[in-house]
Amino acid sequence: MKRFLGFVRKEFLHIFRDFRTLIILFGLPAVMIVIFGYVVSTDLKNADIAFLDLSKDDITIDLSDRICSSGFFSRTDHLSRYDDIDRILKKGKAKAVVIFGEHFGRNLISRGEANVSIIADGSEPNTATLVVNYITAIISDFNRECAGEIITEAPVITAEVRMFYNPALQSQYMFVPGVITMIMILICALMTSITLTREKEFGTMEVLLVSPLKPAQIILGKVTPYFFLSFINVNLIIFLSWLIFKLPVKGSFFLLLAESMLYILLSLSLGILISSISKTMQQAIFASLLGLMLPTVLLSGFIFPIENMPEIYNWISAILPPRYFIVIIKNIMIKGTGFGFVSKETLILTGMTFLCLAAAIRSFKIRLQ
Amino acid sequence: MRAILFLVRKEFLQIFRDKLIGKAIFAVPVVQMLILVPAVTFEIKSSEICVIDIDKTSESRGLLGQLEGSTFFKIPYMASSEKEANDLLHEDKCDLILQIPSGFGKDLGLGRPARVMVSVNAINAMTAQLSWAYLNGVLRDYNRNIVTDKVGLIPVSQIQITNRYWYNETLNYNYFMLPGILGILVVAIAFLLAGLNLVKEKEMGTIEQINVTPVRKYQFILAKMIPFLIIGLVDLAIGLAIGKVTFHIPFEGSLLLMFLGAAIFMVAALGLALFISSFSGTQQQFMFVAFFFLIIFILMSGIFTPIESMPAWAQKIDLANPVVYLMRINRMVMLKGSTFSDLSREIYSLVGIAVVFTVFAVIRYRKTA
Repeated sequence: MKRFLGFVRKEFLHIFRDFRTLIILFGLPAVMIVIFGYVVSTDLKNADIAFLDLSKDDITIDLSDRICSSGFFSRTDHLSRYDDIDRILKKGKAKAVVIFGEHFGRNLISRGEANVSIIADGSEPNTATLVVNYITAIISDFNRECAGEIITEAPVITAEVRMFYNPALQSQYMFVPGVITMIMILICALMTSITLTREKEFGTMEVLLVSPLKPAQIILGKVTPYFFLSFINVNLIIFLSWLIFKLPVKGSFFLLLAESMLYILLSLSLGILISSISKTMQQAIFASLLGLMLPTVLLSGFIFPIENMPEIYNWISAILPPRYFIVIIKNIMIKGTGFGFVSKETLILTGMTFLCLAAAIRSFKIRLQ
Repeated sequence: MRAILFLVRKEFLQIFRDKLIGKAIFAVPVVQMLILVPAVTFEIKSSEICVIDIDKTSESRGLLGQLEGSTFFKIPYMASSEKEANDLLHEDKCDLILQIPSGFGKDLGLGRPARVMVSVNAINAMTAQLSWAYLNGVLRDYNRNIVTDKVGLIPVSQIQITNRYWYNETLNYNYFMLPGILGILVVAIAFLLAGLNLVKEKEMGTIEQINVTPVRKYQFILAKMIPFLIIGLVDLAIGLAIGKVTFHIPFEGSLLLMFLGAAIFMVAALGLALFISSFSGTQQQFMFVAFFFLIIFILMSGIFTPIESMPAWAQKIDLANPVVYLMRINRMVMLKGSTFSDLSREIYSLVGIAVVFTVFAVIRYRKTA
């Protein structure tokens, strides 16, 4: 035991010696929380709109002013010819062009109808949809005002809507669980696999193996510091998201920590597994980044909901641990549910942990070639 | 010149000597394209509603019929109590609850306003807003039908709106994501491999052997860049070919322009990678600093969310973010067929960033330890 503690101490020293990595380890979650919280947003703001106004009468000027003063759009350019539309969209200077045909106002008054065309840049589908919807709403409002007294009939059905769990519709509710998951993969799987393969690549593993320490003790000693580091990091992320976004932990804090520990264990065993199949650090880095990090970010439902993906991804993501962990954190943190609601996910994660540990122990070689 | 060629040859030999990395370099673009492109989507295909119909009249059934008629909504559950429905929402079995209180049909029959209650699972704010908007649309349609039945035809709105989406008529999300994912692919491969490669020489001590040769600083840096530049461009070509074959993505613009953009971008990325690696002593250190930058660059690049929606300070920072320009060039060339003059601002900015980073890398690299 004393030997083991000495070994753990050595590993801690290794980590603390590298001050720069340590700073990033704790700085990265903070930066990610700020970026996700303030920078990455899907709302429509200041989208550039150009106008092709062939009639330039009171009504078209009024309409384009209404569109620009709505706060969603800013006017970039007045075009004069149809050919300009392609030119301005190709430069990416406008997200959409609003076209008023000739004699717009006169047609509206004399014939009672006139036509507006919106040409949106479909190369950005989300923005294009939002732009068209918002402009349509603004013009519909105008229509309704003109129709004025004719339809005073109040809507017959009124709907009362409640936004559950997230009444202010903050986007942070979605990504904080994701950030926790990502950071843990980063520290546990990536760092562990690198330190273990490093010993192999430098040949120092041989020194450790001939020491009186048992192989299991070596591995345990290697991963213990990372266990603590990631545990501190989880707490840091939860604290920061409470501090900055007032994100509460609705459920039991202890349950959340216990589940995090389970997930840390799983990530650590994944890291050990990766280290035992890779010979060099570069291989370990690539395996962890491409095999663990990318799927965690893109396929676990943290940014892109799994329900939106084609059916087969439901099956692919079923073998990804982060998918279950994200459900667990969301349930405990945001919905405030108890263990009963996450027991299935917990069971799956526990099973995965044992499986990975067993595989890691089996493939850990005591002798080097 | 000859010296550089020999060094480049040495680099290639070294890279492909590692069988796993050699394979990964070419397998990664294939896998990424095939798996990630269809998965990465914000498009919401369907939403599941749990209905509590306490009213059970022909009017409430009419409303449900209208809901079922829309392709977006599915009604997998009918609950009899609010608690039952809330549990379903808790367990993520449904996304929305629609509650039709008793008296709904009676009120409508008498021409009085009727009420419904809607609860939305709002953890994912964006999905919540969209599904609520769709549901509201269904309610509005139902409303209009009733009003038409009772009052007669409402006068048609006066301004007709037609809209078209250029460059991507059907708003196919794959067309949007594929150029973006291609960009990430190029960044990840070039950036990580190049930096790791240089640090590895340091960590292993082999850099000393090069330092004592007459090889000049710029020659060494160039020889480190060229192989990864070539690998990155080959990867880009593979990714493009797969996109073309599998997703039938249109390619409107000039292939040459796209590769030119990618090449300049890679010089910038490689320069930064080598610059960072000059600060790091171990591959682990480099890994962390590089990952830090990579995450920030990618999240802020506008690949998932529009740059215009970011706060002003973030947009200023983005001026120095090379990934922003790469995303724009890739998307605009592929989908819109933008030309060099359309993209001159992006290309010149990239050239500027590339020059600065490379100069930094050459200055920072010291032949003396």
